[in-house]
Amino acid sequence: MIAKLKGNYGSGIEPLTYAGQNYMVVDRSLIPEILQVLRNEEQFDYCVDITAVHYPAREKQFDVVWVLYSHPRNERIRVKTQILDGATLPSSIPIWPGANWLEREVYDMFGIKFDGHPDMKRILLPEGWKGHPLRKDYGILQQDNEWVQINLGIESGQ
Amino acid sequence: MTDPNTTLSPLELGSHDKTFLDANELIINMGPQHPATHGVLRVILRLDGEKVLGLECVIGYLHRGVEKIGEHRTYTMFNPYVDRMDYVAAVSNGLGYCETVEKLLNVEAPPRAQHVRVILTELNRIASHQLWLGTHALDIGAITPLFYTFRDREEILKIYEKYCGARLTTHAFRIGGLQYETYTGFEKEVKNFLTFFRPKIDEYEELLTTNRIWVERTKNVGTISAQDCIALGVTGPVLRASGVKWDLRKAQPYANYKNFDFEIPIGENGDTYDRYLVRMAEMRQSVSIIQQAVDALPEGPIMAKVPKVMKPAAGEVYHSIEAPKGELGYFIVSDGSTQPYRLRVRPPSFVNLQALDAMCRGQLVADVIAVIGTLDIVLGEVDR
Repeated sequence: MIAKLKGNYGSGIEPLTYAGQNYMVVDRSLIPEILQVLRNEEQFDYCVDITAVHYPAREKQFDVVWVLYSHPRNERIRVKTQILDGATLPSSIPIWPGANWLEREVYDMFGIKFDGHPDMKRILLPEGWKGHPLRKDYGILQQDNEWVQINLGIESGQ
Repeated sequence: MTDPNTTLSPLELGSHDKTFLDANELIINMGPQHPATHGVLRVILRLDGEKVLGLECVIGYLHRGVEKIGEHRTYTMFNPYVDRMDYVAAVSNGLGYCETVEKLLNVEAPPRAQHVRVILTELNRIASHQLWLGTHALDIGAITPLFYTFRDREEILKIYEKYCGARLTTHAFRIGGLQYETYTGFEKEVKNFLTFFRPKIDEYEELLTTNRIWVERTKNVGTISAQDCIALGVTGPVLRASGVKWDLRKAQPYANYKNFDFEIPIGENGDTYDRYLVRMAEMRQSVSIIQQAVDALPEGPIMAKVPKVMKPAAGEVYHSIEAPKGELGYFIVSDGSTQPYRLRVRPPSFVNLQALDAMCRGQLVADVIAVIGTLDIVLGEVDR
């Protein structure tokens, strides 16, 4: 399957394996297309997880990862892409409706917006919180003191 | 001080303001403090009288930043945090985490450790389903099952306490195997528990399965089709009750589940009654697995050779297990140091809760309570 995809998309896809698990690093330009192909033609009907990793030292700082599973084939695969800080990605909701909250969480924790998401707002942190905690430049003890003072009426959350 | 967001998302029913009797729609808050929401869950309901037109869940009240903490602890130090996410089924969380790190380190737990892990995890599945049954029945109005299930659950918690010292957040497993050898009399006690417990499942069924009130309140409530389940990413007993015979213990076996013979119960309609039947059948299957495991417990070491200072090679791994609530996955990115670079937990309750909206449309408010209970969510896992 990977060979067929590589054949179609050439240098945009780099298939890799680690610890017996297959994953592919895909060019940002291929993004909604490759996911659609995986869903429609290769039967990856279940979007297990969408998440991101922040590499501040790299030029393309964020790695966005989709973990997909195919029920008919009993196969799991990861699709990764690398994007710049501030870049956005098309939402996968038209492909898998279950991507809704997963993408909201990526936005909440990393600040990566998904175009076409009907409800792009924070999910775990309160509305009006500033900052995206899972980024590497967000301290472990850091909190949004302004939000805490306004909403909880105390000096600081610590 | 108030949350300005009370409008429902655009996914809700279009723009109709007036309802059937030409009255306005009612937007009601089922606030974070509520006896039936299984934790701090806020549900904003849009109602036409008592019929639900749509709902929105607001979560995050129990968000503790576990994934961020994971980046600042070593792999062994993070192990106890994992129990606190799905605090009802702590042993399963530990199993998933330890197995993922073992994959990163490329070690495998020895056979005896895997066997004991299966026994403890299946006991945990029974304990989790018992708690689910007690609280779900209580929400719907049946008070008695709560007492029965919690009383019987005590026996399992006693075994855990004797084994690792804790009842709820057990920290039972270590990376590479187990820390504690099973105590003298472990096998006998587990076998006694099984003999004690088998008639208890029948007792619970006798209370509820053919009870007319129960059937009326759960049949055709919160129905979801198999296709919707898969599209929404719902897993666990909810998916199986909709007819999809899929269980990670069989599809992608882990921790020597291959050696045990058990069935995967499925339902037909995907309503609340089927989910109840599936979970009751799962308890019986768990009893069967534990019986097989405890009869065939091998001798041997309980800990693999794992370095004291764990520095897995740089790489990333995704591994998931069949927790009592669904697919619990861990995605760990290692950069070669002693602490994970990114530790992502894919919680089953979080993804299952997305389906609440689809399951409740057109139902009554009382059914929303039943559906929240039947999804078996634990807010510790939803929010992490």
